[in-house]
Amino acid sequence: MMIRTVLIALTLMVGLAVPLKAQSQGPLRIEITEGVIEPLPFAIPAFEAENGAASDVARQLSALIAADLIGTGLFREIPASAFIAAPQRFDLPVQYADWKAINAQALITGSAALSGNSLTVKFRLYDVFSGAELGNGLQFKGTPEGWRRIGHKVADAVYARITGEGPYFDSRVVFVSETGPKDARSKRLAIMDYDGANVSFLTGGEDIVLAPRFSPAADRVLYTSYASGFPRIYMLDVGSNKRQVLDSQDGTMSFAPRFAPDGRTIVYSLARGGNTDIFTMDLQSGQSRRLTSSPSIETAPSFAPDGASIVFESDRSGSQQLYIMSASGGEARRISHGAGRYGTPVWSPRGDLVAFTKQNKGRFHIGVMRTDGSEERLLTASFLDEGPTWSPNGRVIMFHRETQGAAGRSALYSVDISGRNLRAVRTPEGGSDPSWSPVQN
Amino acid sequence: MKLARHIVVLGTVLALAACTNPGRFGADGLGGFGSGAAGQSGAGDPGDPGSAAYFQQAVGDRVLFLVDQSTLTSEAQFVLDGQASWLLSNPDYRVLIEGHADEQGTREYNLALGARRANAAREYLLSKGVPAARLETVSFGKERPLEVCSNESCYAKNRRAVTVLTAGLSS
Repeated sequence: MMIRTVLIALTLMVGLAVPLKAQSQGPLRIEITEGVIEPLPFAIPAFEAENGAASDVARQLSALIAADLIGTGLFREIPASAFIAAPQRFDLPVQYADWKAINAQALITGSAALSGNSLTVKFRLYDVFSGAELGNGLQFKGTPEGWRRIGHKVADAVYARITGEGPYFDSRVVFVSETGPKDARSKRLAIMDYDGANVSFLTGGEDIVLAPRFSPAADRVLYTSYASGFPRIYMLDVGSNKRQVLDSQDGTMSFAPRFAPDGRTIVYSLARGGNTDIFTMDLQSGQSRRLTSSPSIETAPSFAPDGASIVFESDRSGSQQLYIMSASGGEARRISHGAGRYGTPVWSPRGDLVAFTKQNKGRFHIGVMRTDGSEERLLTASFLDEGPTWSPNGRVIMFHRETQGAAGRSALYSVDISGRNLRAVRTPEGGSDPSWSPVQN
Repeated sequence: MKLARHIVVLGTVLALAACTNPGRFGADGLGGFGSGAAGQSGAGDPGDPGSAAYFQQAVGDRVLFLVDQSTLTSEAQFVLDGQASWLLSNPDYRVLIEGHADEQGTREYNLALGARRANAAREYLLSKGVPAARLETVSFGKERPLEVCSNESCYAKNRRAVTVLTAGLSS
């Protein structure tokens, strides 16, 4: 597997020798919580190639950074055809008036140098209307093959600086890649960059595989496979592609696994005698522990980021609803109270929200609510939306949408937690069950 | 006579122990997991009451469920009565009961619901005297629909528990 090798060499170096000129004091700030967002216009001239070898990658870098920013729905790129400034040399002062005249509020400049197996990328971010650079310029070094990651790191720095949100572009998604008709669908585990680039497949499609989930360090993946004929939980090492079955008691089925934030414990559900309950397992000892023991269905557990609580779904009330209990089990409190059925809860990385799938009146929705069940908001609606996963910064949710009928097909989408900016995520085949990694180091 | 019966029992136990991923007879053969439509030929001559084809077509290998339910309807009980008496008179066979759900549900929940449905059929066969050692269950949730349209006419056929004959003594 090439997945990990490519980018290990990526390092973040201290800023350039340019002193910090001004703090962000001007208008260059997007408050995402506001009701209506007018995308912030920015300009990103093609990055300067410091040597001939870097000319292609320099251009590709600025295009990728622009795509990341535009993809958030919070930024609008001013096309190069509108530029009136002379080509911006990276080391020379910016002529703010030229950028003000075309209403570019943010200006991103950069350069790339390629020598041997080393790619060095520098960039600066300017608040045009304040006439000041934002923060220090930054320099990233990596391998040429890792250029996309460097671009995502630059875009993350710009995004974080302007929005005040955490970064999320330099991240990966593990998902199920689907081909074939509904009644004979072939499913393979696949892994890709958050934007759909660099796809590689982890399984071959001979067995049904479901719901892969990243470990906190994104080095392992839990998933459910029918390789034995029965649903069982497997853990796969992303670097070596080695896998092991975690639970294989006869007469049981295990599924819906997720890691605890410590990466050493998993939570999952196990069906025995028709009854499904929630268990945890210590990965080192293999010891499992029962957390629920009612005759109802308890499944789809997800840890809070502090590891102290678990949100899950149960039909103990007579219909599928969301509950929160202590990570050691015991009494659970119901948090979903609206009309319809609620499933697949996922605790946000910031800890403040739970994303879920809601079924009501024949439609499916992705929604979020606070952990006390208040402020429920539905972000999407379709024939079948399901399986939310959080971006590392808790701003964006990826999920899958299946279209109806015999030709129904499943695809990945993302949406901002404001409900804006619904976008299809590019995948080579159909896609389902995405799981978003943390930002990479 | 007595001796022969003992041998049969012993043989069943051996077959069980050896069989981790049972070969299957009947409708699901190449078409996937329990996906064969009724009328598709099972193994053997459907005119032979001891054949897998007979079990599938004449006895009936599947029962259907209401939305989000795992309760056996009287119709389902009638089919399972037939399955139980057939299995009791054909002791060479073991079965794998597959529980399925329609697409109108989330993935994990439907897996759990399919497990409930398969278990409801299993419990019923047990209550009619079919030995537990001959009954295995699995759930496919919404992963293997039989019908692919997105309305109730298809959903009704997909909410099912299918009794699939697996290799017994004769294999």
